[in-house]
Amino acid sequence: MKDEISREERVDNLKGMGCSRKRVEDARFTQGKGNYVDDVKLDGMLFGDFVRSPYAHANIKSIDTEAALKVPGVVAVLTAADLEPLGLHWMPTLAGDKQMVLADGKVLYQGQEVAYVIAEDRYAAADGIEAVEVEYEELQVVVDPFEALKSDVILRPDTVDENGKAVDGAHGPRNHPNHIFTWEAGDKDPTEEVIANAEIVAEEEMYYHRTHPCPLETCGCVASMDKVNGKLTLWGTFQAPHAIRTIVSLISGIEEHNIRVISPDIGGGFGNKVGAYPGYVCSVVASIVTGKPVKWIEDRMDNLMTTAFARDYWMKGKISATPEGKITGLHCHVTADHGGFDACADPTKFPAGFMNICTGSYDIPTAYLAVDGVYTNKAPGGVSYRCSFRVTEAVYFIERMIEVLAIKLDMDAAELRRINFIKKEQFPYKAALGWEYDSGDYHTAWDKALKTVDYDGLRAEQAQRVEDFKAGKTRKLMGVGLSFFTEIVGAGPVKNCDILGMGMFDSCEIRIHPTGSAIARLGTISQGQGHATTFAQILATEIGLSADSITIEEGDTDTAPYGLGTYGSRSTPVAGAAAAMVGRKIRAKAQMIAAYLLEVHDDDVEFDVDRFVVKGAPERFKTMKDIAFAAYNQAIPGIEPGLEAVSYYDPPNMTYPFGAYVCVMDIDVDTGVTDIRRFYALDDCGTRINPMVIEGQIHGGLTEALAVALGQEIAYDEMGNCKTGTLMDFFLPTAWEVPNYETDYTVTPSPHHPIGAKGVGESPHVGGVPCFSNAVQDAFRAFGLTHTNMPHDHWRIWKTANELGLHD
Amino acid sequence: MSDKMHIKLNVNGKNEEFLAEPRELLIYTLRERLNITGPHIGCETSHCGACTVTINGKSVKSCTMFVAQADGAEVTTIEGIGGPDDLHPLQEAFKEHHGLQCGYCTPGMITRAKKLLEENPMPTEEEIRFGMAGNICRCTGYQNIVKSIQAAATEMASAKEAAE
Repeated sequence: MKDEISREERVDNLKGMGCSRKRVEDARFTQGKGNYVDDVKLDGMLFGDFVRSPYAHANIKSIDTEAALKVPGVVAVLTAADLEPLGLHWMPTLAGDKQMVLADGKVLYQGQEVAYVIAEDRYAAADGIEAVEVEYEELQVVVDPFEALKSDVILRPDTVDENGKAVDGAHGPRNHPNHIFTWEAGDKDPTEEVIANAEIVAEEEMYYHRTHPCPLETCGCVASMDKVNGKLTLWGTFQAPHAIRTIVSLISGIEEHNIRVISPDIGGGFGNKVGAYPGYVCSVVASIVTGKPVKWIEDRMDNLMTTAFARDYWMKGKISATPEGKITGLHCHVTADHGGFDACADPTKFPAGFMNICTGSYDIPTAYLAVDGVYTNKAPGGVSYRCSFRVTEAVYFIERMIEVLAIKLDMDAAELRRINFIKKEQFPYKAALGWEYDSGDYHTAWDKALKTVDYDGLRAEQAQRVEDFKAGKTRKLMGVGLSFFTEIVGAGPVKNCDILGMGMFDSCEIRIHPTGSAIARLGTISQGQGHATTFAQILATEIGLSADSITIEEGDTDTAPYGLGTYGSRSTPVAGAAAAMVGRKIRAKAQMIAAYLLEVHDDDVEFDVDRFVVKGAPERFKTMKDIAFAAYNQAIPGIEPGLEAVSYYDPPNMTYPFGAYVCVMDIDVDTGVTDIRRFYALDDCGTRINPMVIEGQIHGGLTEALAVALGQEIAYDEMGNCKTGTLMDFFLPTAWEVPNYETDYTVTPSPHHPIGAKGVGESPHVGGVPCFSNAVQDAFRAFGLTHTNMPHDHWRIWKTANELGLHD
Repeated sequence: MSDKMHIKLNVNGKNEEFLAEPRELLIYTLRERLNITGPHIGCETSHCGACTVTINGKSVKSCTMFVAQADGAEVTTIEGIGGPDDLHPLQEAFKEHHGLQCGYCTPGMITRAKKLLEENPMPTEEEIRFGMAGNICRCTGYQNIVKSIQAAATEMASAKEAAE
């Protein structure tokens, strides 16, 4: 048989790894034909919504639902008293804590769910909410975590025994009833000794403010209990549909095979949609009670005020070095404000996530980290907002400490980084706080970044600007923000990563059809990342069928293999690996079939792009399409019919993407207005699957980083009132505030991942926040600023300038 | 609850007539009553633009307009802009230039961009960024949205030239 097209064309036709394949998702989204949870409509569907607490801390004296039940269209009202007989008035959080589903005698934060009104439509539900009468008894509010650890006000009655003594929590002893856990990593005494004896020590306290992932689509679900068949179907904005199925089964007692969880199209997640929320539980109960489907959709205020905040870390650091700038030790203590319940979504053994990646990209011989979790009268959460568990906090911490140390040493911060980077030949590198970094080439990336932006030129320009400012020639300062980050993503090895006992592997299953197309299903779920496009590319390259011939399906637990979902940049490192492995299983069987068809020994054929060829005789081949047809339709001795496979992948290690970012910013000292002149982002995510998608992820992650660094926060007053409950107060950048980004890359494949990929979606957020922040802080370095907290909105920048005497 | 009002609308070229409470919001009418689910709800306070539609030739955020205020109006949603057989250049350009990720803002974004290009067929980058500032996207960082709109503008201009 003679081939008509070149090998190069055959490679192109696959649309496999490395090409900027256009997204298959886009046709429906650009034509308004996406199917998000609020688009799900079922016959007789009811609508549920919450009565929420106006107070941050109060006892509930009574709830009167009588008037509400008379409101036209209102069907029922649920309170904790209704859920208690079912054991559903509290539920487990993913962090090992438990959380009230509906207020059980008291409320712990403003906006907490008090009662659930079920009505025929949203308007009737809103009318019903108005008519529910709740009598509160206000209690003293504790919003400050340091205060909480000293206060006589006990927030959670379940944290003390009958004598008022604190009982152990999920992660060990409490030292106060409002204390959740202490988590430590590294060596305390040796670290303290190194720092005590060091010639140079820089110290800083920094607050990584509370913020929120705020996807454009809020959280929601539709629960439908089919009482005839005993089956519950739950559609929802779930970043981890299988985990939700297991949790629903465990807490409801419905057998898991009778629960079908479906994540339809999801309008962005960014960590907001990992956890389980009272809305899900109440909707399920409501559907069981009414026998009808029940929909619950948050409004924006509910979303910002109650579901899954991020960050809120008070970090205190000490870093020691030689006079030449070689870092010798790092000490970090964190007071972590978790709000009323510990509802973060970290792997069970890591109550502070992977905060112990806080030695960053540097070869630091000795380090110690301790994190204290604290309850306050604020909304629960502590989720990973576009990052692997607490990695943004860790990277911000170390990238600020480096800058502070550079000031102490009176040294250039780029040079300080360079002399402390882990060297290429040190990988795999065992860090002082426990992780083994799989691979990296930091010096190459750093040099490329600094050269591209003409770093020396920027510093010269900046020095001139300072002179001009002092001479009264300009009112604008210039900041050069640097950041070099190492992420830890792809949770994770089941041996150390589980959520509530569910191991964090992931999966891919593929079924090749006789005519040589295929459907593949994975345990992950896209929320905009473009999995249907990129996973097909991995499979195309591995199997030799065009990506256009491979349908990717995710999010339906009745059909997809079990997996732990999409967050923490785990889709490519874990499910992407499963896709590669499943492809190799298909290829192994295909090889046997090809050998049979070509009448040679198995070892005498080899894979080549889209076919198996006889070694040394490339004109003798069978394409994967030929093989697929034969697999089903030809009796082959010793080989069962069909061509399908499944792979469950438990990664041997995390992956460690890294990158080098530079931000050039002008700051008007009289208005505090920032102007981002240039942003250069070099990312190394290992093997690149789809450069177009990677670039898109980087633009988006950087923009979310810009938001967090320059203005986005969830703030409370001293009464526990949330001051940032709408998009008027909560900063989401528009096209007007956002610059164009320059993207670049190096490629250092992960040595343990089957295709060398590391994950990329969260890198720009993790590396971007300190880069934007460092740019602001660097602008004021020449005027004596060491550190100022984010978010750097115009007012705070103006204040910094004012405090430094720049308005005099 | 007050008496229902008699409302007439033309949505994507189709006449609709129904009784609605005065408090019924246009986005609710579109999504729940007429099953037009392209426009989305993102904030319910006019900030995010996911619900953007065109009403009598103007871009409007349908989450904060009562349907009664739109009585008698012509309403165009993403569904009226182009479908599988007649894709609008903007729809093609958003795909070609990766101007979307999760897709939630996209219907509003394209609806707004179409209006922008009607008002200003060849906008500068600055004009696009300003003209699109009422529509929030959480995924793309806007860079590729700007690129998509520029590409569509160029495409539409050359199509127009060819037609003349």
